[in-house]
Amino acid sequence: MLYSEKVMDHFRNPRNVGEIPDADGIGEVGNAKCGDIMKMYLKIDDDIITDVKFETFGCGSAIATSSMATELIKGKPVSKAMELSNQAVVEALDGLPAYKLHCSVLAEQAVKAAVKDYYDKNGIAYDPELFADDDDDEHGHE
Amino acid sequence: MIYADHAATTKTSETAKRVMMETMDQFWGNPSSLHTPGQKAAEALEEARATVAACLNAQPREIFFTSGGSEADNQAIRSAAYLGKRRGKNHIISTAIEHHAVLHTLARLEKEGFEVTLLPVGSEGIVKVEDVAAAIRPETALVTVMFVNNEIGTIQPIAEIGALCRERKVVFHTDAVQAAGHLPIDVVAQKIDMLSISGHKFHGPRGTGALYVRKGLPLQPLIEGGAQERNKRAGTEDLPAIRGMAVALKEACENMEQVNARLTVLRDRLIEGLSQIPHGALNGDRERRVASNVSFCFEGIEGESMLLLLDDKGIAASSGSACTSGSLDPSHVLLAIGRPHEVAHGSLRLSLGEENTMEDVEKIITDVTDTVTYLRGISPVWKELQRGERSYVIQ
Repeated sequence: MLYSEKVMDHFRNPRNVGEIPDADGIGEVGNAKCGDIMKMYLKIDDDIITDVKFETFGCGSAIATSSMATELIKGKPVSKAMELSNQAVVEALDGLPAYKLHCSVLAEQAVKAAVKDYYDKNGIAYDPELFADDDDDEHGHE
Repeated sequence: MIYADHAATTKTSETAKRVMMETMDQFWGNPSSLHTPGQKAAEALEEARATVAACLNAQPREIFFTSGGSEADNQAIRSAAYLGKRRGKNHIISTAIEHHAVLHTLARLEKEGFEVTLLPVGSEGIVKVEDVAAAIRPETALVTVMFVNNEIGTIQPIAEIGALCRERKVVFHTDAVQAAGHLPIDVVAQKIDMLSISGHKFHGPRGTGALYVRKGLPLQPLIEGGAQERNKRAGTEDLPAIRGMAVALKEACENMEQVNARLTVLRDRLIEGLSQIPHGALNGDRERRVASNVSFCFEGIEGESMLLLLDDKGIAASSGSACTSGSLDPSHVLLAIGRPHEVAHGSLRLSLGEENTMEDVEKIITDVTDTVTYLRGISPVWKELQRGERSYVIQ
């Protein structure tokens, strides 16, 4: 099989799919031209991510990595979400084929973009370095 | 499982399997050996050659067995290119929608100093004969145009291009991998100089194919070694596969008319059913396409997730999305007919075969419709389209 059972499970039964109309932070990354876009919605109370939802246009691994990323950050403090790495998503899914690793990078970036949006909207100061690679979602197109 | 991916491969027919087993039992000798088992195998090999030749209206001496369509394409193109070079010709004409076996060979030849013109095909996915005519120059060594496109099923004007090339004295090759056994082929009437076929696209075994080369046209080997295939393709012949392919081709040609009549009805219903899905469109000309092919693009979704969900529902299909190819770019064929990247990612190819039924087609229509609706429901792109924040490409 192309994908692990965990990837297929999260692809077939994605967790936390949908949108949060009154989200505190929204992040959208990716490019339709490249075939994947992830949108992440965060509800944050007292620095805790109380709810998270996602919408994804993309392949099986794009949907599975979005789903897993939401599970990994739900109920966690914002600072923990900022520590989420694409490797953690990949490991939680029991691995991804090499040419699908960029999906896990997108998932990490989507979470961080949503946190940045939350910081910006609430006037919370942060180190811009934390979001330095946010625009790196073209993955070498053309 | 409803198998709707016959353009990828077909199940080996019972006749082909039986002939292959029989070959291993009775014709296991090496056709190059002088003894009786060898000569029995040599006779069986020539019989298979005559069978393949008859299906194409060629002479047996014009048929060379290869390991498949890719090898046949590689050999035909390289051979014609080098022949041209010896005569001071370094220009090759082809189309933007060829199989990679052709496109990558041409790219290699470009690095070797050949000049390659890839003609556009327009939104209908069919090359214009006048474009081929306009591209021919005194230094044109070869025109290579596929008979039927593998992704969108469009039929190219092969007889017209053949007549043009014969008149202009340019070698004409056609990759007929998707046509052999599915459409009438007559290398004499269609004025074809070289033609590639592949066994497993018409219920023969894989790992075997054939190259037709018109008598008098020099052919250069790709694989050097023994004197097999009249010195044009070294290596002990895979006789079980060759005989299996020959019998499968004969069977496919005999049943062609009847199978195509049935498939056309299924295909038309499938196109009609899938056309009900909003913001989706058929890829390739509606009329000039093989009876088996239905190719669609749907906005707001990605092809690989569609294939995986359809597989869960028991439908085997294919897509030209980047994610199914292992590269980042979607199908060059869909881009060539003018589909933008974001829409080409949402493509679905259904290629029918003789075992498919109308019941299969109705299930495919229902399941594809449900799958597209579900994936659009979780797609931020679809929501942006619906909210008017992004413009529909397919109205």
